[in-house]
Amino acid sequence: MSKKNYNWQLKSTLRILKEILFWAAGIWLFIYCWNIISARTIWPFVYDGAEQGSKLLMRMFPPNWTYFLDLLRPIWDTITIATLGTLAAILLSLFVAFLAAENTSPHPLLRQLALLIIVTSRSVSSLIWAIILVIILGPGVLAGIIAISLRSVGFVSKLLYESIEEIDRKQVEAVEATGASKFSALIYSVVPQVFPSFVGTAVYRWDINIRESTVVGLVGAGGIGLQLNEAILGLKWPDAIIIFMMILSLVLFSELFSAKIRKTLI
Amino acid sequence: MTLLTESSGNYSWQRPHLIKNKNKRAIIYLLAVAYIIFTFISLKIDSQRIILGLSRSQKYFADFLRPDFISRWNSIVDGILESLTMTYVATVFGIIISIPFAFGAAENISPKPIYYLSRAVIVISRSFQEVVIAIFFVVVIGFGPMAGVLTLTFSSIGFLSKLLAEEIEDIDWTQVEAVKATGASWPQLMTYAILPQILPRFIGLSVYRLDINFRASAVIGVVGAGGIGTTLNAAFDRYEFDSASAILIVMIAIVLLGELFSSFIRKKIK
Repeated sequence: MSKKNYNWQLKSTLRILKEILFWAAGIWLFIYCWNIISARTIWPFVYDGAEQGSKLLMRMFPPNWTYFLDLLRPIWDTITIATLGTLAAILLSLFVAFLAAENTSPHPLLRQLALLIIVTSRSVSSLIWAIILVIILGPGVLAGIIAISLRSVGFVSKLLYESIEEIDRKQVEAVEATGASKFSALIYSVVPQVFPSFVGTAVYRWDINIRESTVVGLVGAGGIGLQLNEAILGLKWPDAIIIFMMILSLVLFSELFSAKIRKTLI
Repeated sequence: MTLLTESSGNYSWQRPHLIKNKNKRAIIYLLAVAYIIFTFISLKIDSQRIILGLSRSQKYFADFLRPDFISRWNSIVDGILESLTMTYVATVFGIIISIPFAFGAAENISPKPIYYLSRAVIVISRSFQEVVIAIFFVVVIGFGPMAGVLTLTFSSIGFLSKLLAEEIEDIDWTQVEAVKATGASWPQLMTYAILPQILPRFIGLSVYRLDINFRASAVIGVVGAGGIGTTLNAAFDRYEFDSASAILIVMIAIVLLGELFSSFIRKKIK
């Protein structure tokens, strides 16, 4: 047996040097950014923050329990915004994803257009869509629904077109070999392959949308955000804590619900 | 579902249904349709307002198609830089704070009381949308990017801790035991057995969160927490839709660049 080198290292010396350089750059960037933010901060307010925060929490007690009854309708609206918004997004994304997937897209130009729609939708958050839509449609639940669906189209389409691109060609060929038309081939070979992940995506997006629809009301697009804005601007902290508790329980409920659906369907 | 057998002589095959029980299926579909119809009725769509709004917003649409980068260029650059600095600082803070919570929230290595405490923090952080948290911090420490940094840090903690905890729960214990058997100390155990297993995923998650935080930094400005959102909100308030459109285009471009960057990093660590 020849001599063996037992000085084993996890990383080579060059790699360690590279990593030190990388970390130094990261830390330098952090200090640089921190200085910018620090210069724009009124520090006495921040030092005072803990005291202000605890005072604020004290003012929330005792909670105004009866306000709960006034919140039932806004909560219902919030759920409606999330549900109908997600449904609309699903319907739209069926087309967009079909155009965006490399193997089903009818034309490369259409594919680029679909990808552009997906990026735009994913980059602009639902609150900004809501601001625009409230100006056009007026305040109300409808603006919220459209805002949520415009934001969700990109997300649902992206995950759907990626799973369409990953399908097994053999199954499509097998169905086509029976003499099936293009459309039946789509229904009987593509759809069954992408369906489980699609339902999972849709339910997951609904869950996210519940969270998003709690804030679109801040700019007038319906749901519980309107009440939250009112309570905070009016300094009605005993009301605000009830709203926070409602949002928390709504989100927890939606999370459990979507986890259960995903488990039974997939 | 009928079986396709020679002896049954029954060749009519149907696609299997999502819900097998016939009655259950009918009830669930009926309920879903009833819900949709009911909510549509309860929408109270004010068609006159929409027609009015659409005719009024023709000018806005026209402005949107002619993005104006020039007249507000300085405040756009300033807002974007503020958003980027907020994003970076908050992500770094979020990563540092999320590590102990992630270990606390991993069922396989954490004692029960710490486990429940960490999970509670994660649930609260994840339940509230960034804007709601931003409102709270703006009230407590005033307008400006610091409120934004605190908001983004707080919401990063829940996201990173939850996903990292899941990763820690999935690690391969045989590797840990093998390193332990060589007589390794606790720091050695961490660096040679546990970290190599979770590090790639953790870097991926951090880069992903950087991306999310930038998008979020654009909205929390609407309630006064600094960043490009402040500029965007001002543009909307003044009905300067051409500037608003320019801001949105710059944001989309940065998100795209960020996506390229994060997919590059994720490929590299694989």
